[in-house]
Parts: sequence; C-alpha cells; structure tokens
Amino acid sequence: MNVHGDPAAQPNAEFYPIESLAHTQLDNCYQCGKCTAGCPVAARMDLAPNQLIRTLQLGQTPKALRSQAIWECVSCQTCSTRCPKEVDCAGVMDALREISLAEGMVAPSQQPIVAFQQAFLENVRRNGRLAELELIAQFKTAVFFRTGRPAFLFQDAGLAPQMGKRKKLRFLPGKASDRKVVERIFAKCSNPSEKRAGK
Amino acid sequence: MNIGYYPGCALHGSSNDYEQSLRACLRALDVQLREVKDWICCGATAAHALNHKLSLALPARNLALAERDGHKQLFAPCPLCSMQLLKVQKAIAGNGLRAELSQIIEADLRGDGQILNLIQVFQTIGLDKLKAAVKEPLKSVTAACYYGCLLTRPPDVVHFDDFEQPQSMEAVLTVLGAKTVEWNYKTECCGAGMTMSSEETVLDLAYKILSNAAAHGANCVVVACPMCHVNLDLKQAAVEERHNKKLGMVIYYLTDLVGLAMGLSAEQLGIDRHFVTKAQS
Repeated sequence: MNVHGDPAAQPNAEFYPIESLAHTQLDNCYQCGKCTAGCPVAARMDLAPNQLIRTLQLGQTPKALRSQAIWECVSCQTCSTRCPKEVDCAGVMDALREISLAEGMVAPSQQPIVAFQQAFLENVRRNGRLAELELIAQFKTAVFFRTGRPAFLFQDAGLAPQMGKRKKLRFLPGKASDRKVVERIFAKCSNPSEKRAGK
Repeated sequence: MNIGYYPGCALHGSSNDYEQSLRACLRALDVQLREVKDWICCGATAAHALNHKLSLALPARNLALAERDGHKQLFAPCPLCSMQLLKVQKAIAGNGLRAELSQIIEADLRGDGQILNLIQVFQTIGLDKLKAAVKEPLKSVTAACYYGCLLTRPPDVVHFDDFEQPQSMEAVLTVLGAKTVEWNYKTECCGAGMTMSSEETVLDLAYKILSNAAAHGANCVVVACPMCHVNLDLKQAAVEERHNKKLGMVIYYLTDLVGLAMGLSAEQLGIDRHFVTKAQS
C-alpha cells in the first residue's frame, strides 16, 4: 500500500535517511493520535507528533525539518512508549534534529535550544566531562550573537550567588584524563554533511 | 557489597548534593562505590538530539572502561546516563554495532555487565536489609514518588518496573515507614535538559507536577534523578513566580529519605543545600 501522497516523494528516503537513523517504519503509523495525546509539549508545537509523522509519510520532509516542533520535543519517550504500532516517534525526532542541523534547516525561533546543545557537545569534546560554568558562558554568548537579545545574557544571573552559597558551583571541574581519546571519538562520529557545510 | 559507579557530569557539578546524599546513604548500608576510572560524559540529550552515532559511542566508552575495571554491576544514579548505557548494550546485542563501536572508542566492548539505577541499588541491597537499618521511621512523610521519564522509558531499553504505574519507589518508602500518595504525574516529564534553553517549558511542566502532588496530599516529592531535582527544587521559586502560586514543596532525593530513616542528619545528606528546605506541616 502506498500511503505517500506523492509517489515521486519516495526518493526522499535517500536524501533524508530518517527511517534508517531512527530504526523505525514510518508507514506503520495509522494516525491514532496517542503520541500527541500523551506529549507534554504538544501545545507548544507547530506540528504535533502525529502530524509530524503524517508529514513525513506524505513526503513533505523539508517541512518537518524546518518545524519548531522537533526542537520543542523534550525527549520524554512517552510517544514511542505508547505507540500501538511501534513507531519510535522520539527516535524520529532525534533523526529529524540531526538532519535539520546538518542541512542548515533549523527554525530560527529554536536557535537557543540548538545553541545550548551545540555548546554542550563542544564543551564535552574539549573537556571529556561537562564544565557547567563554561557551558553557561558559551551558551549565553552564542544565543546573544544569534538572536541579538541582550536580556538573555542575564536571565538566571540571580541564581549564581544562591548556587554558590549552596556549594553547587564548581569553578575547576574535574576533567577526563585522556581527553585526546574523546576528541578522536568526536572526530570519528562527525556528521558527513556537517563536514560538507564546513562546520 | 562493591559496585561500579558512574557518577556522570551532573553529580560532579551542580547536583553534587545528590552525590553527597547517595555516598552518605550507601556508606551507612555498607555499599562501597568503585568509581569508573577516566569516565567521560555520556553526551546526554545533546548527543542523541544532534548526533546518533556519538550518542552511542560516548556511553560505549564508559561501558568499556567499567568492563576493563572489572565491574559486573555498574550504578549510574542519573537515569539518562543509565538509559544511554543500556541503549548501547541493546545496540551491540541487536544491531551488530559492537565492532564499529569498539573501533570508534578504541576499546573492547562486551556489553554483558548489569546497569543499575538508584532504585535497583536498593533492590539489590534488599528491602529486608533496608528495613532492618531503619532507626527513625519517617512517620511525618507523605511522599509523591516522582519517576519522571527515563527510569521506566523506553521500556524495551530499560526494562524496569511498570512504565505507566511504577511502584518500586513506593516499596522503598513503605519500608522506611513513610506514607505515599497516588497521583497523576509520576511519569510525566519535568522538561529535563530544557532548564536553560527553554525555561518556559520547564516552568510549566514543573508547575503541573508540583501542584498535582500537592493536590493529592503529598508533603514532599521524591526523585531519583539530578535533572528532576533541578527543575522541581532549584527552579521552584521561578515556577511560583510564573504561576503566581506559593508551592513550598520540599524535593528529596530518594537517598535523602533512606538516610534520614537510618538516622543520618540533613547536613550529612546535603539536604540543607537544597533550595526549598522548609517542610510543610
């Protein structure tokens, strides 16, 4: 059975290997809506989880890749857990995010979320373990340059002294001793299309 | 009892109160934690959202290091770390990724060890033994046990408890002499790693969780996850401000309550370092 609205859309699978990245079968979805019913952030999404899956079934993959929804997703796994057809919707979200970033299709409004995750990985690549204060500084700077919102720099600034008082801030966090290995792991896992884009 | 220990970044950072609590609590129960040498970050949400292969490789490296150190059991107190380790075990068993991952992480990988979350550590110790260690039953505690997402999901990865109606934390609290409430949000998400990047998401989800716990008569919420604690405790003042409602809900790590019941002090357990510390009457 061909549920794709546009038969010519099939080659999408080669350009956007969502099913192979997520190890799931999109055509299994029969639109019961259970994923969306249980999704804690569906109300924040431009395309609800079931709509995202339908969008992909119809071959409109770029629309899904440009959606805000894939970045609003909190990866709680409720959709995948409750799906009666074993569609790994949370895995599809991961695949869409990976491809969206690599292809430069991230929705502009979602830049803070992407900036956070990129800063997180860059921090781990260099330190082996997360250095929180450095992450916060990098993240805030990145968002400031991408969105031009100075207010963002100071959001939560009041928390720092309170965290300090509770000894929850570490200025010299422990680093992994063999950080070269971590850098090599990152290099071997680098996304080919990110390389293409010169990132 | 000796077990391998993978603390993860949060417990060596702003969730160091969780590490203080579990170390004090498990020491009192004669459990020796053997920290994995040279462990690295598991990549957390950032890796699985942006780079699938990396999200397997980073925890695979930790798994291999734990195997190298001879740990048959590995305790990961953060449910995301724990789930990611289990995901690697599943991937190398099912997808035949063992050779590729071994090459990437520059280490042999068997994937045969047992990964434990915090509740499973108490189950391994044995609830009978725990009961025998209780000196001060927690008569004044009426707890909402909050599991969040990744202790029970995805079930085909973590294989732990009932993913809609888990009861394993309640079983621990019952042994401590505490009461627990039935409520609606025990497996709902708190917003996890969105704390900084999408604060509104966290404040809205945390509000639902905290107010539902209160509505069902709980005087505290118990968690077994560093991120859940950040979003419910550290962010609680912001939740109250956004929703214009005083909550004053104390958030305990499960180890806090086990420790208190064994007669440890709030200071020994790091409870005095939480943000919300005033217990409701």
